[in-house]
Amino acid sequence: MSKNNLPGKLVAVEGLDGSGKSTQVHLMHQWLSGLGYRVFFTQWNSSDLVKEATRKGKKRQLLTPTTFSLIHATDFADRYERQILPMLKAGYIVFCDRYIFTSYARDAVRGCDASWLRQLYGYAILPDITFYYDLPLETALERILEGRPRLKYFEAGMDLGLSADIYESFRIFQGRVLESYKSMAKEFDFTVMDATKPIHSLQEKAREIISERIDLSVYRKRTAL
Amino acid sequence: MSPKRCYRLPPPGVDLSKLTGTLIVIEGPDASGRSTHVELLAQWLEQKGFAVAQVGLKRSALVGAELEQAKQGNVLSPRTLSLFYATDFYDQMENVMVPALRAGYVVIADRYIYTLMARDIVRGADPAWVESVYGMALIPDAVLYFMVSARTLVERTFQSHGQLDYWESGMDTNLGNDWFDSFMKYQRRIRGEYMRMQKKYGFEIVNANRSIRAVDADLRARVERVLEKTIVG
Repeated sequence: MSKNNLPGKLVAVEGLDGSGKSTQVHLMHQWLSGLGYRVFFTQWNSSDLVKEATRKGKKRQLLTPTTFSLIHATDFADRYERQILPMLKAGYIVFCDRYIFTSYARDAVRGCDASWLRQLYGYAILPDITFYYDLPLETALERILEGRPRLKYFEAGMDLGLSADIYESFRIFQGRVLESYKSMAKEFDFTVMDATKPIHSLQEKAREIISERIDLSVYRKRTAL
Repeated sequence: MSPKRCYRLPPPGVDLSKLTGTLIVIEGPDASGRSTHVELLAQWLEQKGFAVAQVGLKRSALVGAELEQAKQGNVLSPRTLSLFYATDFYDQMENVMVPALRAGYVVIADRYIYTLMARDIVRGADPAWVESVYGMALIPDAVLYFMVSARTLVERTFQSHGQLDYWESGMDTNLGNDWFDSFMKYQRRIRGEYMRMQKKYGFEIVNANRSIRAVDADLRARVERVLEKTIVG
């Protein structure tokens, strides 16, 4: 994987379900787009073409660890080549709600070979900033499981046969994903955020870091709004 | 019985230990007679008492239909299309091929990873990346490559369809606006890739310029030898 030498900047957020990362990246995007900067936002597993196949595969529980990984890799490639890369070349700040580290963490827990996964996404540029929203497992579980929501089969890692009880399976699975994220933090230079803090102070901190590490004046739109 | 292996690591959760069947791959371009011969071969094997399962490109329950649809629109980038095909391949490998091989079937694959790799590489993909993606593929007991001259392919295509196919002409690869010229150039490039792979992966070359009968007899003899080795031996 190579560092970003393109005119644009790449900012990714990663973390467990319930870590608040989507809220945070939404607010970052709102902040800069409101100020008139060239920004773009993209989300894991959202490409129109692939989404339908993924949805069907998940619903019918057709996916194995390998096809689960590949179908998400297909989705990522579609968004990367159609949006992320052209935007970076055009000088945009691109915000990604989940990036390749989500696959590295989840798919490795599902048994995919780590070096195979690294090759699979080896063409993708490393983010300039990867915010990792770190949360103790129990807090993440409390946030998600409060009110006993309907958990989805793959989201709970039920395909791994960890437990017949979907809530217990979710706990074990999330615990393993958390360990996997933690083991990557240093290698991929994650900017670790304490996700137990209030939303507003987390957002202030993130904006501070972005302003320090990216020369924002470069990304102002050329035409006045 | 022939112990099965994968080129690199097997996919997670896939047990290769009891795969007693035989995997035969037929490779070659469209209009090389592949599909006709797969049918003839399957009938002959069944008449001899072998259970046969067939797999091929875009036939997975998971993404087969979506892939067909995506190809109609020509809107996917080469890498996206490549990964979509890989998803389709592994879905069939894990859900059709492996169970059939475990049950002792002869599995005939009408095209395999080599076509997919050749297409990707001709479109500029990094060969190391492509080989890694398909590293979990099962190693076939035999790969029979149908070699046909580009000229014969053109004539057979016109005879059956009256026109050249967009993808088989490589029209997405910017070889030119002329379909015929593009077809000839693209098919030669693809063949170049097959030839590069031939040694590495041990293809047997079948001269498919001959009549259906001659090719069929040739195939039966080759498949018989494979079955002797894998089933009796």
